[in-house]
Amino acid sequence: MNMPKITKDVANKTITVERSFAAPRSRVWAAWTKSELLEKWWAPKPWQAITKSFDFSEGGHWHYYMLGPDGTKSWAWVGYETIDAESSFTAQDLFCDEEGKKSENMPSMHWQNEFQDQGETTNVVVTITFASDADMEKIIAMGFEGGFSMGLSNLDEVLATA
Amino acid sequence: MVECTLNLDTVFGSLADATRRDILKRVSKEGLSISALAQPYDMSFAAIAKHIRALETAKLITKHRKGKQQIVNAVPETVEAALDHLETYEEMWRSRFESLDELLKT
Repeated sequence: MNMPKITKDVANKTITVERSFAAPRSRVWAAWTKSELLEKWWAPKPWQAITKSFDFSEGGHWHYYMLGPDGTKSWAWVGYETIDAESSFTAQDLFCDEEGKKSENMPSMHWQNEFQDQGETTNVVVTITFASDADMEKIIAMGFEGGFSMGLSNLDEVLATA
Repeated sequence: MVECTLNLDTVFGSLADATRRDILKRVSKEGLSISALAQPYDMSFAAIAKHIRALETAKLITKHRKGKQQIVNAVPETVEAALDHLETYEEMWRSRFESLDELLKT
């Protein structure tokens, strides 16, 4: 299986997820920037992503929810900031409600997504920056500041993908 | 098992502090007395005791008596459960990218 390379940098509050895809850059870009395509892959299975409103432009947004197998809805908001067609875009990733009002207690993140043309394949680099130390620590407080040697059965595995 | 009583909010809340993470790191290598633990920090004994109490509440460490001293040890099961939680976040990205891969093949 083609596993993404995941790098964590606690000092800079970032996680980088990098992976190559066997498709030309224009197709990968379309999958990230058209709601009808995003809905086909964005939600981790068995969840489904369903769009309420979508406008891929600088200042535009994607307001959607993820529908769980038990009917749970998890609303989210992606606010697009800068777009460099077929090359990169940046956005805010927030949790919100059905009306698009931001949830204050949930972590918020900033993405920088780069699409590197490698001919028949495309390399995608997603750099996720957490809004605050608290947001980051909520999610990844453990294990990645180095020196954590607890002899845990799954720590090697975690670090192997880091 | 620890899972039954583990409160992840408490665990992560307890870990959102550099001194507490450092204490956990040190006791994960060997059991230490409270006075040995307090020694490197420029902090009152009471402040260290408070940090230790927070870690104990989160079930990240346990204390046991050895002669006159209280020895602090890490609880690896709790740390492991917290790591499982982080795995979920990474797993979401892996799963997402697998689906994107499938979509691009069609």
